[in-house]
Amino acid sequence: MTEFATISPKRMAMRRFLSHKAAVGSCVLLAIMVVAVILAPISARYGVNESVRKPPNTFLPPQKLAWFGTDDIGRDLYSRLIYGIRVSLIIGLFTAVISTVIGCVVGAVAGFRGGRFDDVVMRVTDLFLAFPFLVALLVIRNTMGSIGWLTAIIGDKSSVRFIVFLLAFFGWMGVARIVRGQVLALKEREFIEAARAVGATRRYIVRHHLLPNSIGPIMVSLSFAVVGAITAESTLAFFGYGPQAGDGATSLGILVGAAKGAVQTGYWWIAVFPCFALVLISLAINFIGDALRDATDPRLDRGE
Amino acid sequence: MLRFTIRRLAWAVPTLLLVTFLVYVALRLGTDPLQSYLRTNPRASKEKIEQYKSVNGLSSNYVLGYFHWLKNFVTFNWPRSIKGSREVWPELKDAMANTIRLGTFATVVGVSIGLFVGMFAALKPGSRRDVAVNTGAFLGVSIPPYITAVLFQLVFAVYWSRWFGKTLFPTSGVYPPGHIGFNLVLMLKHMALPMMVVAIQVIATYSRYMRSSLLDVMNSDFMRTARSKGISERQVLLKHGVRNALIPVVTIAALDIGSIIGGLIISENIFAYPGMGLYFLDSFTNGDFPLLMPWMVLVVASTLMFNLIADVSYAFLDPRIRLD
Amino acid sequence: MSEIILSIRDLRVTFDTPLGPLEAVRGVDLDVHAGEMMGVVGESGSGKSVTFLAAMGLLPHQAKVSGSVMLNGQEMLGASNKVLRNMRGGLMSMIFQDPLSALNPVHRVGDQIVEMLKAHQPKMGDKDAAKRAVELLDIVGIPQAAERAHQYPHEFSGGMRQRVVIAIAIANNPKVLIADEPTTALDVTVQAQILEVIERVQKSFGTAVVLITHDLGVIARVADRVNVMYAGCNVEKGGVDSLFDHPSHPYTRGLLASLPHEGVERLTPIIGFPPNMLTPPPGCGFAPRCSHATDACLASLPSLRTFGDLETACIRAEELVVKAGLS
Repeated sequence: MTEFATISPKRMAMRRFLSHKAAVGSCVLLAIMVVAVILAPISARYGVNESVRKPPNTFLPPQKLAWFGTDDIGRDLYSRLIYGIRVSLIIGLFTAVISTVIGCVVGAVAGFRGGRFDDVVMRVTDLFLAFPFLVALLVIRNTMGSIGWLTAIIGDKSSVRFIVFLLAFFGWMGVARIVRGQVLALKEREFIEAARAVGATRRYIVRHHLLPNSIGPIMVSLSFAVVGAITAESTLAFFGYGPQAGDGATSLGILVGAAKGAVQTGYWWIAVFPCFALVLISLAINFIGDALRDATDPRLDRGE
Repeated sequence: MLRFTIRRLAWAVPTLLLVTFLVYVALRLGTDPLQSYLRTNPRASKEKIEQYKSVNGLSSNYVLGYFHWLKNFVTFNWPRSIKGSREVWPELKDAMANTIRLGTFATVVGVSIGLFVGMFAALKPGSRRDVAVNTGAFLGVSIPPYITAVLFQLVFAVYWSRWFGKTLFPTSGVYPPGHIGFNLVLMLKHMALPMMVVAIQVIATYSRYMRSSLLDVMNSDFMRTARSKGISERQVLLKHGVRNALIPVVTIAALDIGSIIGGLIISENIFAYPGMGLYFLDSFTNGDFPLLMPWMVLVVASTLMFNLIADVSYAFLDPRIRLD
Repeated sequence: MSEIILSIRDLRVTFDTPLGPLEAVRGVDLDVHAGEMMGVVGESGSGKSVTFLAAMGLLPHQAKVSGSVMLNGQEMLGASNKVLRNMRGGLMSMIFQDPLSALNPVHRVGDQIVEMLKAHQPKMGDKDAAKRAVELLDIVGIPQAAERAHQYPHEFSGGMRQRVVIAIAIANNPKVLIADEPTTALDVTVQAQILEVIERVQKSFGTAVVLITHDLGVIARVADRVNVMYAGCNVEKGGVDSLFDHPSHPYTRGLLASLPHEGVERLTPIIGFPPNMLTPPPGCGFAPRCSHATDACLASLPSLRTFGDLETACIRAEELVVKAGLS
């Protein structure tokens, strides 16, 4: 008698994910980064606003005193980078989570109920997504920042909290579309029909059948939302519209923004290290997102 | 399909009005046109202020104010800028021309190369060239465009002349300062760097789209049917594979083109290229409402128009989607 | 018996999978005579489709194919691309199971037939090709053929689409038409219609048809001769009447016994599952499930031999006839 090996879909997805070496490496890298960033006062060598030593201390090239060199007022770039990455990762994570929650709800309802609501959601997101992103970002930022009662809740427009909500305002739309698409595809499947036939309520179906089966695309869009948020924050900061938390606090975007000036002056470390960090983080999360996508929706595109 | 197009065009007008109204509200709240005016003209007389408010439709009721502005806009009674009291249209026209030139060129080049590269990779999935394309595209998509722009600037502005003694690609402006008249070569030279930055992003994105779409199609049953007809492999690929794979890609491309007109802010800023993006940044930083509104109308109209083109082209290419 | 058009000898197909080599076809011999309707029966995984995909050269490059496939006296395995392209759609055509996805959704139906015509009759003019396409649609029973030729596949129902697929396949009057489960995806009533179309085509064009199916009822209705496949091998061959009357292989017997028929109150399925072809059993593929299996059966893979008016791969065929008193 023959036997059949049985593996649960979750385990198969896990296996596929682990076969992507780049993604696994990225997980390790990110884990190290997160640990380093959480242990900030220990892993950083100086405070975020602390001078490396008494002047002369400005624009020192990388050396034992300051691993990544110092900036225009003599602060250690390495330490600032650690604090900056912490801020950016927090922004990325919170934005992505909020976007995903809102996006899932809206997308599931739109896909499941269809009708007017679905049409409106589709139209609105269509337009928003087609409109030039940076322009919309800047305009909405200023607009939101001028509405008194809003800033009372989510903070002043230079605060981290505000940026999170601003980016989430844009982020949920992409997630909603993906979830809607998934729900539409699943809605016609027989197991949904079967559930309906035994009397399951709509809410039950959404909660217990549609959403769990959409975990794959949701996780994928979550990871891409994180990258998107980090990149958007850095772009804002590049133009000077990023979070200014005062006390010399910094974000990855602010540090990268300083690269603009460094280009002409030849202080290469000001540009290289922050940019490198940003690209590394983007790549890592993108790798993970890509591997997640392949793990949950495999295609025969690897020559198999 | 004609009916669909007409119906959408009919919807486009109220949509345009609604969106421009929202933009009007957003800009009034966000840039505070009155404050901006008073900041630039602190000693303006009461009449001047009233005149300014009237021409720009800045009454206290937003809806009324919008329609007031709208009336002035469509009768070409456009107010001058806050800063410098300049005429809007000449600057806007030049900015638009510059951006359209840059954007079209970069997009056409980028999409063509991207599609070709994506096809190239999809033909042998898992092979070395596929991995190379994938990695390259991945990098292109993961590196934010302003980093590539700054990198290019570094290399071409600072180091190239240091190493080679002369400038290959200038890193700012449309023409060298002080140049008058039309010179194709100079224009292309100045456009080269921002174009490359944009094109890199476009190539990376579209090669991934095309590869993914083509792979999906290659696994379809009708490809097997096509092969079983005994037609040449090239025909199978082009007439059946690519033809089907292009459908979603073209739709996305149409949307992307629509956003070009306002979307090259980063490159224009870094390379000081006086297009729509730079125009927006300058006006926005100065809170220059009279400059911003016409710009917005152009961008919104372009977005809506290309949304429509995207939908129509989708229906045109895919007979299964025949809109009623 | 008419001449042999398609001759397959010792065909072996092994797939290179991430879990190891998978032997889908393990030494198949069969002949298709001109103008006959040959049935190939087997369950999923028996290798019946793969055999003919290999004959058409339509397998992906991970498949290792060996043996011989002679079509009209010419060897197809390892032949040049030009020869293969000539064959596909010209001498031999294949239609597949799912009509909904078999047609290109963005080309008109008439154009898809014309493409097939022009591929093998390049001198045919556009007008003539278009005319012939409409004729073909008519032959397969599409009403208002002239108008419908301008329509797209999604405007046809499943049964109609399958007719279009057949029209494409017979466009160049092939000597062999391979129909891989052409009715499996269709409603029962439509099934009968499609079979009728295939039969009609066979009789009027003199095309040999290889009808691959798992449905014995279909075989009984239209086939002249039958090939039974199991676990990548041919286990029994013969004329349809003989086979249904006195099947010699336990698998065939099991298949026939599991059909519902008069006087039977409970269905008797064949217990067990087909073998995992990554690790096929060393002996007869069916032995693990066979109630008559002996050690000799499990030891080595038996080959086909003549047994009365059939060919069988069961080494105990004689004994079992005597034992069961079967006619």
